[in-house]
Amino acid sequence: MKLTRRDFVKSNAIAAAASVAGITLPVAKTALAAEGDDGIRWDKAACRYCGTGCSVLMGVKDGKVVASQGDPDAPVNKGLNCIKGYFLPKILYGQDRLTQPLLRKTNGVFDKNGKFEPVSWEEAFKTMAEKWVAARKAKGPKGVGMFGSGQWTVWEGYAASKLMKAGFRTNSLEPNARHCMASAVAAFIRGFGIDEPMGCYDDLEHADVFVLWGANMAEMHPILWSRLTDTRLTKPGCEVHVLSTYEHRCFELADNGMVFEPQTDLAILNYIANYIIQNKAYNQEFIDKHVNFTQTATDIGYGLRASDPREKEAKNAGSGALTKISFEEYAKSVEPYTLEYTSKLSKVPQEKLLKLAKAYADPNRKVASYWTMGFNQHTRGVWVNGLCYNVHLLMGKISEPGNSPFSLTGQPSACGTAREVGTFTHRLPADLVVANDGHCKYAEKVWKLPAGTIPRANGKSDDADQTDISGKPMGKTLIHAVAMHRALKDGVMNCFWVQCNNNMQAAANMNVESYPGWRNPDNFVTVTDPYPTVSAMAADLVLPTAMWIEKEGAYGNAERRTQFWRQQVTAPGEARSDLWQIMEFSKYINVKDVWPEDLIAKMPEYADKTLYDVLYTNGQVDKFPAEQVTDSRGNNYDNDESAHFGYYVQKGLFEEYRLFNTAEGKPKKGHEMADFGDYHNARGIRWPVVDGKETLWRFREGYDPHVAKGEGVKFYGKPDGRANIISAPYEPAAEPPDKEFDLWLCTGRVLEHWHSGSMTRRVPELYRAVPDAVVFMHKNDAKKRRLRDGAMAKIASRRGEILARVETRGRNRPPEGLVFIPWFDASRLVNKLTLDQTDPISKETDYKKCAVKILKA
Amino acid sequence: MKGSEKAKGSGVNRRQFIGNMLKTACGVGLMGMGLGMYSKQASSLPAMAIRPPGALPEEEFLGACIRCGMCVRDCPYGILKLGQLGSDDVVPGTPYFTARTGPCEMCVDIPCVPACPTNALDHGLTDINAARMGLAVLVDQETCIAFLGLRCEVCFNICPIRGDAISLNYRHNTRSGKHALFIPVVHSEACTGCGLCEKACILEEAAIKVFPTHLAKGELGRHYRLGWKEKQKAGEALVAPDAEHRYNLPEGVQYDLQGRGLIMDGTDSQQEPVSSNPLDVLNNNPLDTLNQGLENQ
Repeated sequence: MKLTRRDFVKSNAIAAAASVAGITLPVAKTALAAEGDDGIRWDKAACRYCGTGCSVLMGVKDGKVVASQGDPDAPVNKGLNCIKGYFLPKILYGQDRLTQPLLRKTNGVFDKNGKFEPVSWEEAFKTMAEKWVAARKAKGPKGVGMFGSGQWTVWEGYAASKLMKAGFRTNSLEPNARHCMASAVAAFIRGFGIDEPMGCYDDLEHADVFVLWGANMAEMHPILWSRLTDTRLTKPGCEVHVLSTYEHRCFELADNGMVFEPQTDLAILNYIANYIIQNKAYNQEFIDKHVNFTQTATDIGYGLRASDPREKEAKNAGSGALTKISFEEYAKSVEPYTLEYTSKLSKVPQEKLLKLAKAYADPNRKVASYWTMGFNQHTRGVWVNGLCYNVHLLMGKISEPGNSPFSLTGQPSACGTAREVGTFTHRLPADLVVANDGHCKYAEKVWKLPAGTIPRANGKSDDADQTDISGKPMGKTLIHAVAMHRALKDGVMNCFWVQCNNNMQAAANMNVESYPGWRNPDNFVTVTDPYPTVSAMAADLVLPTAMWIEKEGAYGNAERRTQFWRQQVTAPGEARSDLWQIMEFSKYINVKDVWPEDLIAKMPEYADKTLYDVLYTNGQVDKFPAEQVTDSRGNNYDNDESAHFGYYVQKGLFEEYRLFNTAEGKPKKGHEMADFGDYHNARGIRWPVVDGKETLWRFREGYDPHVAKGEGVKFYGKPDGRANIISAPYEPAAEPPDKEFDLWLCTGRVLEHWHSGSMTRRVPELYRAVPDAVVFMHKNDAKKRRLRDGAMAKIASRRGEILARVETRGRNRPPEGLVFIPWFDASRLVNKLTLDQTDPISKETDYKKCAVKILKA
Repeated sequence: MKGSEKAKGSGVNRRQFIGNMLKTACGVGLMGMGLGMYSKQASSLPAMAIRPPGALPEEEFLGACIRCGMCVRDCPYGILKLGQLGSDDVVPGTPYFTARTGPCEMCVDIPCVPACPTNALDHGLTDINAARMGLAVLVDQETCIAFLGLRCEVCFNICPIRGDAISLNYRHNTRSGKHALFIPVVHSEACTGCGLCEKACILEEAAIKVFPTHLAKGELGRHYRLGWKEKQKAGEALVAPDAEHRYNLPEGVQYDLQGRGLIMDGTDSQQEPVSSNPLDVLNNNPLDTLNQGLENQ
């Protein structure tokens, strides 16, 4: 049977509707027993959803989660939850949990166009191993790829990094954080030489002025918004500025709400810098001591395929090159951004821009800037992140309570796993990178592997070509998330493993790139998920997984807080955690299958081993014997991975990982973490942890142990201790509306659902609260198209079309010329419309700006 | 629609005729039964049974409704039901809906209303937003998770008269000390009683419920006026304003009569180019600013 795209989309819509609406209702009801609290065992966990990192207490009885509560002692949420957190137990008990491995088969053998049939784990891994070894040999380091997640636990990300970078010797490892945080990361590295925010959530109580840049905190970070709102209510003089391309719920609190034309945030930030300079409001002493000025390369394209005319026209496509400039040159670069010009370009009234600029320029008011996807999912995301730092650095309003440029994260462990462990194509743990030969060598030493195992970005170690398993030189090895889907479509990559995310629903331009790539007859795609998501439906092999508290885990939230939890319950059926799958699969791969002879010759004792032997039973990961996990109250907990592998897997992986951030001789300081055991006894600890003390504000004497007495402020991520102010201009978007496709499309989330909805749409109450994605539009735009509220509309871009009902009175109020559609709804995939454009530096997709037209359906 | 146009031509059609006859008959009957019976019947409608849009006041409605079921037939969402003999407490044959399981979807053309042959559903109702089927009431502030500080707001978000029928009132969470409460408040001047909020309430038993208006609504003493609203209406103080107040104050301290009261920090200065603005917000009560909502901006 050949599954056509139409069949797929049709069956996906039906399954999505059925799985969420009807079937789960009765089960979810019985799952939560409400009778008496006797015999309930309570233990803490980090919430499964966003990067806020609320702590929850989960109540287990008879092997089931029967109760939950917000953790009253958690400093982030003080016993509170959002509506999604309120229903956390139910995400485990959807009727359609996957409980056995499923492989597409015809007549008992694998067939790309066959139907899914249950198989044993052994058959699943054998089939997969055969495909992976063949693809790795035939197609080089980019022949296989893995796509993980900022929802992976810390050790899952770490184990995956070892499997791919050291085991398979490929840098084709990416997290979905590439779609989410990559621009923030690149800006941290360019600006400060070290990843993640300098401030913490305590800024929410200490700032006088809050500025939201492309962050709908009211819905996406509900508990943080509650804190911000409280400060606004209770602190005299507190002021809230909100900038967005459409009105959303944060505008309800705004003292100064600004709707700007998409992409002109670049101009607005340059205007603020210009205002500060023109009025000589900048902090001269701070600039003299702590700042360098640089200019970034301009006209850098949009991360589209090289064949796209927009890429051919770009003078410096993909360039992130920085050139040193003087303060005067910087001042000149922002001079064109006058109030008049910026107001005209952005369509924000002059008095509003002025009010905003004054807030930043006032030396007596502390300003916290917050942003999320509006900044990051931006074809100039790295620039715009940097432009915000420029303003804070000019004023010296940084790294102290209340003065804080703060990048919020959308996933529970985008920081803890994707970024700190470094599950990106270019990264290694603790901010090390594969472009640096020395960093790779350090990693190889920690991992007890021969020098030259990890593929370098350019395929050269000590200036000599690294040899691939095929005998050929390794060549260039980096491949980012969007490029992976292109490589699958082009047949460059033949094997792909997706864990802990729903990339078929997430990745832009599904019709043209993702789906043809996954269904390419040459390719073998594995999806690990607890539920039959859109991604699972498009895969060849589906592996059922243990989710969240069905395994021992750790997440790191947006304020550098690392939180651990114990395994609370056992996963249903044959479902096994992502960690188990990664490690177990490695037993099916022999070193000889993937390493060339010259590499094995450096450590001949590894010749007849499997990847499991060399990566995980290396005397470090298997160092700690399996033990009965208990808490201080005498309760016992299972640990299914330790029971299976015979040692305390999570502890071994974490303690080996700590060698990157805490051991003597580590290449980079500033990421120090506490002992494994400390985290189980604390409600999260914010790194760097030095001498048992956590760090609230980085780079500031007194708060940060890495800043010596008398230094005041030191941006120690950079060799000279100075942060970069980076000049970058306004440049237009890749696909602005035109005559035919006459509206901007912006996508995003709603409070009630999280990401692709694979968990929250299985909670009947949340489903009922927001059953379908609607298209939010201005009433005049609706009227022009003879659409009224609630009418079905067809939304079409150059790449596809979907149907959705019109909403002109809802929670989001776009201006004329822009529409907003949330992406949680598996039955109307908005990523058929979006363009696979990226920031050329960070390679992060811009989901906020493409052109569509809307017709009556 | 076609039917009603035809009816215009012939003056009174059969349905209207029968309807009028029945209205009269019922009216006579009610007179005979006396006032005691009348009010008993009016209050006998169970609290959770809500009449369709445009329904006359309960007693008049019972008089006018001929139990024909036409409104039930024409409801496109199938939410309307007829009272059953013996099975519930709704007068047999009369239409109602239960908000928790099937709220009124607020059709723009209100098809149930013109379907009514007797005007028991008032044909004068042409704007669904003007319907008053009942009134949503946040009956249980102990279990409503918004009152507990959780971020829910599902009723606010689903309300079709967004921002007007339910608004959010921001309060300080004294328990956590650093979070805000987002309290839903229903406004009877805008709430249609459609029940979408009750249906969407995520609790096992809804904390917000729609009741027939006479059960839900309190009444202020007829003598009493709200001073701030009267002033707003008049556009000025009803009584001539005070003379300018002057105070004995130490150096550097000010007194703002209508705003902050005693100002001791002296941050009143307006320096250009920076910071001309803190006070223009300070002079407003933040709660007023916040609670005015988006609608009034």
